[in-house]
Amino acid sequence: MSFINYSAREINCKIVYYGPGLCGKTTNLIYIYKKTNPDSKGKMISLATETERTLFFDFLPLALGNIKGFKVRFHLYTVPGQVFYDASRKLILRGVDGVIFVADSQVERMEANIESMENLRKNLKDQGLNLDAMPFVIQYNKRDLPNVVPVEELNRVLNPRNVPNFEAVAATGKGVFDTLKELAKTVIMELKKKS
Amino acid sequence: MPDSGLVMYEEEFKQIDAELSKLHQLANAKVTFLVDKNGQLIASVGETQNLDTTSLASLTAGNIAATGGMAKLLGEKEFSILFHEGEKDNVHISLIGDRVILVVVFDQRSSLGLVRLRVKKSSEVFVQIFSKIMDKVDKEKENKSSRSPFAEITEDDIDRLFG
Repeated sequence: MSFINYSAREINCKIVYYGPGLCGKTTNLIYIYKKTNPDSKGKMISLATETERTLFFDFLPLALGNIKGFKVRFHLYTVPGQVFYDASRKLILRGVDGVIFVADSQVERMEANIESMENLRKNLKDQGLNLDAMPFVIQYNKRDLPNVVPVEELNRVLNPRNVPNFEAVAATGKGVFDTLKELAKTVIMELKKKS
Repeated sequence: MPDSGLVMYEEEFKQIDAELSKLHQLANAKVTFLVDKNGQLIASVGETQNLDTTSLASLTAGNIAATGGMAKLLGEKEFSILFHEGEKDNVHISLIGDRVILVVVFDQRSSLGLVRLRVKKSSEVFVQIFSKIMDKVDKEKENKSSRSPFAEITEDDIDRLFG
């Protein structure tokens, strides 16, 4: 959940990148890290295995700028995508303000996408959160590969609520900031609604 | 209160800072800091110049969360104290009022016993401060005297964030 500090005049929000294993969550964060002004980012922390698979989470603090005299910071987290790390995924969702679901557009990963989406819904529910009622955007990643599912089909299967969705190639950065910007906007507007 | 964000006001922030400083001094610690359970740094005191406190806060919360997960699997409510022993520095982590995490980094100038004793005393103070904050947040909500910086935000403000 957001943390508003009147004393330090700061607002902190937590954003989580979710999705099946190898869909490109960490790649999103790495690109954001590389392309962000050194003044506005902290260190990127990756708790990964020796083969660079996310073990617990990646973490990237991002200071975007000021709104009404308050410094706005987003803490970006990724979850480990591999199915057997479910206990860790649940923990990382704690206190989340908004979720970016990174889907792997390849035909053969469709089932993994669906499973991960169901897992996200269930893990949020366990914390008393409803995916349909919170800031949420979807990114269709790996659009440069030859065997991708058409976006209409992806939307039909993964996006019945018709939340904002973006085509992306995280490795080259295409769509990465569009996705983040849209979610950040929704998160801030949601905080406004609550205020 | 899992469904409400943490809000920190000037008055309570000063009290927290004062208690952290007191603990820092009495426990002979290098650094003392307080982290929200969700990984947001609330305040820090001591030799923090060369420390990445934001990352430390996030990892501390991850640590507490993972240990909490283990506790549940073992049928415990939680493990409220964690201790990491290093060659030079040690870290004492404790959960306060199920809401915030108190971290004390110390070296051979102090001892685990002293840190534990001082942490226990300070914890009681922090519990009181945070219950005051939660009361205040609830009151503000009722009053709707919304001082929230979000109340008058426009889409343009948000667009400007991304330059």
